Amino acid sequence: MVVLETRGLKAYYILRKGTVKAVDNVDLIVNEKSIVGIVGESGCGKSTLAKTLALDIVPPLKLIDGRIVIDGIDVTEMPLNQARKKIAGVKVSIIPQSAMNALVPTVKIKNFIVDVLSEKISIDSEKIIELAEKRLKELNLPVESLNMYPFELSGGMRQRILIALATLLNPSLLIADEPTSALDVSTQKIVLSTMHSIFIKGLVKSILFISHDIATVRQIADRIVVMYAGKIVEDGPTEEIIHNPLHPYSKALMFSILTPEIQIVERVKKALTLALAGEPPSLINPPPGCRFHPRCPFAMDICRREEPKLEKLEQNRYAACWLYLKR
Amino acid sequence: MALLNIKNLTKIYRSGLITHKLILAVDNVNFDIKEGEIVSLVGESGSGKTTTARIILRLLKPTSGSIVFMGKDIWRDLKSKNDLKWYWRNVNGVFQDPFSSFNPTHRIRDDLLRVFNLFEHNYDNETKMNLVREALQSVGLIPEEVLERRPFELSGGMRQRILIARIFLIKPKLVIADEPTSMIDATLRLNILNLFTRLREELKTSIMFITHDLGLATYVSDRILVMYKGRIVEEGTPEEILNNPKHEYTQNLLNSVPKLYTSWFKQL
Repeated sequence: MVVLETRGLKAYYILRKGTVKAVDNVDLIVNEKSIVGIVGESGCGKSTLAKTLALDIVPPLKLIDGRIVIDGIDVTEMPLNQARKKIAGVKVSIIPQSAMNALVPTVKIKNFIVDVLSEKISIDSEKIIELAEKRLKELNLPVESLNMYPFELSGGMRQRILIALATLLNPSLLIADEPTSALDVSTQKIVLSTMHSIFIKGLVKSILFISHDIATVRQIADRIVVMYAGKIVEDGPTEEIIHNPLHPYSKALMFSILTPEIQIVERVKKALTLALAGEPPSLINPPPGCRFHPRCPFAMDICRREEPKLEKLEQNRYAACWLYLKR
Repeated sequence: MALLNIKNLTKIYRSGLITHKLILAVDNVNFDIKEGEIVSLVGESGSGKTTTARIILRLLKPTSGSIVFMGKDIWRDLKSKNDLKWYWRNVNGVFQDPFSSFNPTHRIRDDLLRVFNLFEHNYDNETKMNLVREALQSVGLIPEEVLERRPFELSGGMRQRILIARIFLIKPKLVIADEPTSMIDATLRLNILNLFTRLREELKTSIMFITHDLGLATYVSDRILVMYKGRIVEEGTPEEILNNPKHEYTQNLLNSVPKLYTSWFKQL
């Protein structure tokens, strides 16, 4: 079953100095029982994509075109206010970047969660607290924390509790935007295992995991989508994308990962790195054709003229690159 | 002979006016750096690695211990202004946020020309500009594109390159690089790291990387020092640290870093 489907999704920032095409024509399908990682560097549009899918669309961000279908419901057909009320937090839930700072410092965790949930569903506060207690127990998190203030909890614990609470209404899709990037490595692992058990226990159907850190994404995702300059350039199974990337940008990205592993030391010794020149383009005025062509070591004539479409190359593997597409 | 020799280095921070609170940031640290060697000091936040770097750069006075650079104790033997000039001509820093290393109102040209104040020799203006252009080119920048611009008009990667161009201009004996790539995207990071290795190859510069990233350290270093709670708990080549970590802290660190070839959870 398909949990999320987008078609031709365009979300732009309308600024005085121009229109930033942060998400430009994105087609993405997330199936049930799947954790999909979205990777890319700063400014590639991954966080904008997360916000748009979570219906957190506030000016200057604007949904320009395209469909978002969540759990069979086309949310782009209803007015944004209504969609936000009915779908956000209920069918799709987001853990935004630096979520652990989202808690109100003077409000106890339980009162915070009652405030948030009473907006979404009409049940009394005791029921909500009961629900929260049950969920924390399920995930082996301390139930006492509901009676505490945010400052009494460590950063990692706050993040885990927020992840647990974001799934209270069992949304079909959980979107996590860099949920571990503000934490040190040992805490990262604990937070990731909380997310993993949410998934294994079936509390959510699917997870969209957004991060610039591919080694972290690799731990949890079964599929990886690579974004560059507002577009998806490659999509495929995790192992394949990491060890056998097709798109030149994915290659540069994968070979720039430096994890402390003996295989990486050997790879570096064999000079199997692909250092890129230049910098990502401005999304106000992106280059014509393939947006990667000014930095691509394999750029051909057609890359400068025509934009490659994301097409199926093999079983489960998609790439948008003229090196592989039929002209 | 070692270029830099650090013996029994200790730094205690005092805080509080009445009830003195003592924090032992660096605890009896000993190591040396040879000419042309790349050494990484790896540790998590609060391990004392940045304090150590600041003491070597002579930005922070140690509580006790000695730092001897080319036979001179940098906190006892450097007295006159010229001694200090000599030290900063030979020991230079590159920091995490290149933005804070520049005067935001000055053009890049002026920032780079000011480097010549460190030199004893007086060059004429044309020679100075030629040297500046040459340095910018050697880090892959086009001089005409950056010289007249101000720091905020440049990207993080470009600013970091300009700082390295500055190093190419000064040609110091030792560079202390404190998290030089943590604000730079992954695909640009390799280019910056390769500039540092070129610096060593071309000028025989010794480099000390201060980083929390064990992966980065294994990529660039000849030798890794692992710092934990103010102490150096382990020392070895990248291969030794990866294959046979001896200290419990290093083992934990290696286990908790996400890897590319193994997964924490069972495959789905």
